[in-house]
Amino acid sequence: MNKQVTNPVNLTAEEFIYPGNRACSGCGLSTLYRIGLKALGRDSIFVVPPSCLTVMQGLYPIAATQIPSLNVTFASTAAAATGVRAALKARGKENIKVVAWAGDGGTSDIGIQSLSAAIERGEDFLYICYDNEAYMNTGVQRSGTTPRGAYTTNTPIKGKIQKNKDLPTIMAAHNPTYVATCSAAYPLDFHNKILKAISLKGMKYIHIHTPCPSGWGMEERLSITVGKMAVNAGLFDLYEVENGKKTLSGPSAKLLKRETLPRIDEYLKAQSRFRMLTEEHVTELQAEIDAKWEKYRQEMG
Amino acid sequence: MKKIESGNVAAALGVKLAKVQVVAAYPITPQTPLTEKLSELIEGDELKAEYITVESEHSALAVCIGAASAGARAFTATSANGLLYMSEQVHWAAGARLPLVMCVVNRGVGAPWTVWNDHQDSISQRDAGWIQIYVNDHQEIIDTVIKAFRLAEAVSIPVMVCYDGYYLSHTYMPFDVPDEQKVDTFLPEYQYKHTLDPQNPENLNTVTMPFARPDRDGVTQPGYMDIRHNLHEELGTAIPVFEQIDAAYKEAFGRGGKPIMSDYRCEGADYIVVSMGSLANRIKDVVDELNDEGVKVGVLSLHLYRPFPREQIIAALENAKGVIVIEKALSYGNEGALFGDIKAALYPCEKRPFVHNYIIGLGGREIKQADLYDSIKASCTASENFEDVSRWIGLNR
Amino acid sequence: MDEFKCEIKTSNSKSGPGDAGRTGSWRVERPVIDLSKCTPAKRQKDSCYLCWLYCPDGVISKELEPKIDLEYCKGCGICAQECPTGAIKMVEETSLIEEERKNDEKN
Repeated sequence: MNKQVTNPVNLTAEEFIYPGNRACSGCGLSTLYRIGLKALGRDSIFVVPPSCLTVMQGLYPIAATQIPSLNVTFASTAAAATGVRAALKARGKENIKVVAWAGDGGTSDIGIQSLSAAIERGEDFLYICYDNEAYMNTGVQRSGTTPRGAYTTNTPIKGKIQKNKDLPTIMAAHNPTYVATCSAAYPLDFHNKILKAISLKGMKYIHIHTPCPSGWGMEERLSITVGKMAVNAGLFDLYEVENGKKTLSGPSAKLLKRETLPRIDEYLKAQSRFRMLTEEHVTELQAEIDAKWEKYRQEMG
Repeated sequence: MKKIESGNVAAALGVKLAKVQVVAAYPITPQTPLTEKLSELIEGDELKAEYITVESEHSALAVCIGAASAGARAFTATSANGLLYMSEQVHWAAGARLPLVMCVVNRGVGAPWTVWNDHQDSISQRDAGWIQIYVNDHQEIIDTVIKAFRLAEAVSIPVMVCYDGYYLSHTYMPFDVPDEQKVDTFLPEYQYKHTLDPQNPENLNTVTMPFARPDRDGVTQPGYMDIRHNLHEELGTAIPVFEQIDAAYKEAFGRGGKPIMSDYRCEGADYIVVSMGSLANRIKDVVDELNDEGVKVGVLSLHLYRPFPREQIIAALENAKGVIVIEKALSYGNEGALFGDIKAALYPCEKRPFVHNYIIGLGGREIKQADLYDSIKASCTASENFEDVSRWIGLNR
Repeated sequence: MDEFKCEIKTSNSKSGPGDAGRTGSWRVERPVIDLSKCTPAKRQKDSCYLCWLYCPDGVISKELEPKIDLEYCKGCGICAQECPTGAIKMVEETSLIEEERKNDEKN
């Protein structure tokens, strides 16, 4: 296990993605991908369904990524990764890491069936879901993880009426080897959780809250700031699940010691996508967060 | 070694001899016994391969796509709605130029549900860019599966080996199992041009622009349409390649010689019946009967349906007075799929034979020898006023 | 293996910079570092490097006096926002262009 604490000083300066790629300015996924690759290294094979990452990794014949990558159909990510893993096993190249990296639509909606099956089969690869809470690559349509009240281009007047799926909990219910949640605002936490995940055999699932300036309606410079707000207000929690046990990690673990957390209002107000959210909804959301943390304090505090 | 086994087992034994490294399996009637047999061979250590029990056909082909892209020889099999559920992946595998082999155990498609045989499933995928081969008996199943891997890998295009559900999949017939060492020589180890490899990282199946674009070194690379044109062109080259592979197979195993189509009593025939799969075998009896009556008629069993062997079709049919296409699939709202293809192929011929069409046996509807006899005879004795439409035979009315 | 002349074309990309061209041309504001306030520059010791860590495009160098690759910097301003000492300011490209033009005329 990685004992050394990773910090910006000791983190490798080697880059595995070229600049001049197609990610939007201020993209949360870009930072994640950059730092994530530093943890994974070159001995990896990526499997990527349609998503912003497809575009970011480059358009033919130029690849922004320096890692071999297989673009696959939307629903098939975990199945294709299974095939890659099986081939590597058959060819005696098991040291190569297989990493499926998909968005929230590709994971919570169209890809959930093949992912669920891959976990049930006990496949040996890492599945990363970067959750920017809508179909951003097609122009911001609601997904299973879009939160209530959020404006998207197909919830244009009322905002999304339903609450979001709790995807990491659904994945944890399958009992894979490892489940972790991360935030793009805490890339080093993500880096370290990848190091842990790849040290383990079996299915690993990492879910990342990923701010998206263009989809969330916020200034590009605020990607990290707003991501941190979600964590510090207790809305999106960073944790790990191993052997059925959930443990809060990093900045979320620190929140356990606090009696009260900052209210969620600041996070919501920083993004224009929440402009339709009613007072009543905000109060309800705050109550949910408070109840969740009360439970955390009782169980883990 | 001679065996008496089902068609599904013949296919599984072919897959075993091809030393497939990854098998993806999802049950669907009438394919199921094929992948069951493979699980038995793999669990019993007779075949060293990864056996992946996926949750759907879409994932079955995804596993094969992933495996082939990472350098392994991969196989799956399906039928009917299973094939249609994976249709997106069918197109993907061809566009990605992955040399997969898939058995399609032909079955009619729902709705309404049917588990019985016709060809609508694989015919509906004819435009996906795969090579499609239809076989007539158990010996052809096992031989064709082995040849299909070599063909797929030679041209980097996936191959569907199609055989009739129940008529072939579940019936027992004697067949010869080729010698393993000879198959090893015939079918060398799998090599793929664009294998996922950290030593040579490539981003495969990237979004491709409508126009040609320079790469990192300033060399212009093809656009989407150029890449697709290349697939089309190389499907064309697959015809002579298949002939060469079949000749090599014949040299090694003593069987083959007619990989594109096989003919029965076609030489000097006035009329030629064209059909595919086990139906072509049944028509042989009718052809014999009619010849006994003095009608000079033969039957042509088309094996290679895609790429469509236009030149060979013309050569085989252009001197006949009439061509009778009997098939188990159609383009709804138009006519028999094979019928349309045959007519189009013969269009440029100076002396065009008439072409008639019969649709038969959909969803396992009993194919009566008398119906075949009556239809073929009606066409062979038809006047010029015989209407050029698809005739459905065996309807309940 | 069989000797056939197949020139298999697939969409297989090789890695290189600038898939989206010079993404620096997207920039509205330019990050400008005041080294007198920058922690590693001031201490002449490897430290902080938060701008380098958070930069989505990896265009800030990890060195005692960090440099920004303006050819590819998209100008998001995350570096300026996250810099703990306020050493990075976002400056309007239009004003800088005006200044550069004046300098060019002088030379």
